Amino acid sequence: MVDTRVTLSGIELSNPVIPASGTFGFGQEFRDYYDINILGTFSFKGTTGEERFGNDTPRIAECTAGMLNAVGLQNPGVEHVITHELPQLATFFHKPVMANVNGFSIEEYVRVAAMLDAQPAVGWLEVNISCPNVHGGGMAFGTSAENAAAVTRAVKAATHKPVYVKLSPNVTDIVSIAKACEDAGADGLSLINTLLGMRISLRTQKPILANTMGGFSGPAIFPIALRMVYQVARAVKVPVIGMGGVTTAEDVLEMMLAGATAVQVGAANLVNPLACKEIIEALPQAMEKYGIQTLTDIFGGAWK
Amino acid sequence: MQYTVTENRALTAQVFRLTLMGDTRTFTHPGQFAQVQVPGFYLRRPLSVYDWQPAEAGSMTLVYKVLGEGTRALAGIPKGAVLDVLPGLGNGFQPELAQAAKAKAPLLIGGGIGTPPLYGLCKALLRDGQTPAVVLGFGTAEEVILQDDFAALGVPVYVTTLDGSAGRKGFVTDAAETLAGSFDYVYTCGPEPMLKAVYGLCQRHDVDGQFSFEERMACGFGACMGCSCHTKYGSKRICKDGPVLLKEEIIW
Ligand SMILES: Cc1cc2nc3c(=O)[nH]c(=O)nc-3n(C[C@H](O)[C@H](O)[C@H](O)COP(=O)(O)OP(=O)(O)OC[C@H]3O[C@@H](n4cnc5c(N)ncnc54)[C@H](O)[C@@H]3O)c2cc1C
Ligand SMILES: Cc1cc2nc3c(=O)[nH]c(=O)nc-3n(C[C@H](O)[C@H](O)[C@H](O)COP(=O)(O)O)c2cc1C
Ligand code: FES
Repeated sequence: MVDTRVTLSGIELSNPVIPASGTFGFGQEFRDYYDINILGTFSFKGTTGEERFGNDTPRIAECTAGMLNAVGLQNPGVEHVITHELPQLATFFHKPVMANVNGFSIEEYVRVAAMLDAQPAVGWLEVNISCPNVHGGGMAFGTSAENAAAVTRAVKAATHKPVYVKLSPNVTDIVSIAKACEDAGADGLSLINTLLGMRISLRTQKPILANTMGGFSGPAIFPIALRMVYQVARAVKVPVIGMGGVTTAEDVLEMMLAGATAVQVGAANLVNPLACKEIIEALPQAMEKYGIQTLTDIFGGAWK
Repeated sequence: MQYTVTENRALTAQVFRLTLMGDTRTFTHPGQFAQVQVPGFYLRRPLSVYDWQPAEAGSMTLVYKVLGEGTRALAGIPKGAVLDVLPGLGNGFQPELAQAAKAKAPLLIGGGIGTPPLYGLCKALLRDGQTPAVVLGFGTAEEVILQDDFAALGVPVYVTTLDGSAGRKGFVTDAAETLAGSFDYVYTCGPEPMLKAVYGLCQRHDVDGQFSFEERMACGFGACMGCSCHTKYGSKRICKDGPVLLKEEIIW
C-alpha cells in the first residue's frame, strides 16, 4: 500500500487532489457523479463581499487543449455563502474546505476573510489576487509585489486560519511576488491562476468572449504552470499548491516533483465531472509504476 | 459515460441524425440535452435529445447541424465508434407544470436546428392526451427537417421558409398568427430572435409558454457559471436551471 497523504499547514489530506476554485461550485453539482469525500478537500467558488452576476455572455471559448473563461467572479456573496452554501455543504462533505476569498479593495478582502474565518467548516483561506476577468480588482493586486504583500498582511491580521495567496501568472517575475507574499506572512501559495487570452470568431470577425479577453486554462498551460511552481517552490519555504492543466495522476506526480505540496485540478472537472475521482483512483498505481512508496518523498525531487 | 454509435446519417447537406446506445436513464424530460465529447476537441458539444428510449442499455437520438469544426468532425464519426457523452442534462420542457397541464391544444414552434427537441415533446404531449400542432421554420426548402417525423405522429404540421421555397413564405410567427385562437399554450426552441418574436406572439394573444435557450457552455452541469442569464427570479444557469425558461421569468 502506497501512502498518498499530504499535509497543508497542519491539516492532513488523504490525498493531494483538490478541485480548483470556480470549477467545482460549492460541491453540489458533483454529488450526482461521486461521493466527494474522497477528495483531499476542494476550493469553493471565488466569494466576494456582495453578490455578483459577473460578465455578460458568451463567457466561454474553446481552444486547442484548453478553454477560456470570463465568468467574472459570479457568486452569491459571502453572507449567502455562509447562510446557505456552507450549511448545505455540511450535509454531504465532512472535511475542512478551502475558502476562495476575493475583493475589489483591501477592506473587502479583509471583511470576506474575517467572515469566513468564523466558519468551522473552513480549513484554509485561499486569497485570490489573480482573477483576470474583473476590472479594477483581483489581478490588480496580484501583479504588483507591494499590493500583493499589502493584501496578504491585511488578511493575515483578520484570520487565525492558514492563508494561501493565489498568484497570477500574468506577471514578469512571479518569484518576486511570491516572496513578497511569504514575507508578508502567507502560510502558503497557490499557483497558477489562468493566463490572459482571447479568441476571435471568423464568422463574426469579433472576439468570442463578451469580455473580449478571458482566462486560459486546461492541459495546454501545464508546462507553464509546472515551470512557475518549480521556480516559486524553490524560492520560498512555505508550501505551494500547484495547478494549471492537471488532468492525470502523472501530472500530479510531476507537479509534486516540481515542488508542489498539493495539487489542484480545474478545467478537467468541467469536461469530465469524474476527473478528480479518476485521478485519485489512478494515483496509487502511478506511484507504484515509478517506485514511489510515500508521496511526500518526491516533493521537490526535480530540484537537484 | 460511453455510448456506441448505431447511426450517424445525413438528413440534409448540413444536418445529421446520431443514435447512441448506452445508459439513458438520466433523461427524464424532452428538451434535455447531452454533452458530447468529439474526439480531438477540448469542450463537449451540447446537443438536445430528439428522442430516447430510457434503459440501462437504452438509446438516444440527437439531430445536429454542422456549424463549425466540432460538429464537422462529429459528422465523420462512423457507426460502431464509441463516444463519451454526459446525458440527461438540464430541466427540459415540463408539460406537467400547472399552466401547461391545463392546456388542451399546445402549439410547438421550432426554428431551424431548434426543432429536434420538439419531437420528443410532441410524443409526450400526445401520450398525455393533448392535441398539439407544430409550426416549423427554415431558411429554404433544402433545410427542411423532421416534417415527416412530426406528420407521422398524426399532428398538423405547418412549414414556413424565408424564401417561400417550401410551405408558407415568411417567419414561424406569421404562420402561428393565422392559428391564433386555436392554441392555448406554446413550446418553442430556435434562434434567439425567433424566440423573442414568439414571446411577442404570446403577449399579443395572452398565451403562456416555455422557451428553450442556447448559451456557450463549458461544463453543461452547473459547475462553472459559464452560461448564466438574468431572469425575473434572479440569475439562472442555462445548462442546469434551463435550457427551458418559463415565459413569466424571461426578461426582454
Ligand atoms: C442546450 C443546447 C442544446 C443544443 N441542441 C442542439 C441540437 O439539438 N442540434 C444542434 O445542431 N445544435 C444544438 N445546439 C447548438 C450546438 O451546441 C452548437 O451548434 C455546437 O456546439 C457547435 O459546435 P462546433 O464545434 O461545430 O462549432 P464551433 O464554433 O467550432 O465551436 C466552438 C465552441 O463554441 C461552442 N458553440 C458554438 N456555437 C454554439 C451554439 N450555438 N450554442 C452553444 N455553443 C456553441 C461549441 O460548443 C464549442 O465549445 C445546442 C446548444 C445548446 C446550448
Ligand atoms: C470557469 C473557471 C472559473 C474560475 N474561477 C475562479 C475563482 O473564482 N477563483 C480562483 O481563484 N480561480 C478561479 N479559476 C482558476 C482556477 O481555479 C485555476 O487556477 C486555473 O483554471 C488553472 O487550472 P486548470 O488549468 O486546471 O483549469 C477559474 C477557472 C475556471 C476555468
Ligand atoms: S456551462 Fe457550466 S454552469 Fe452552465
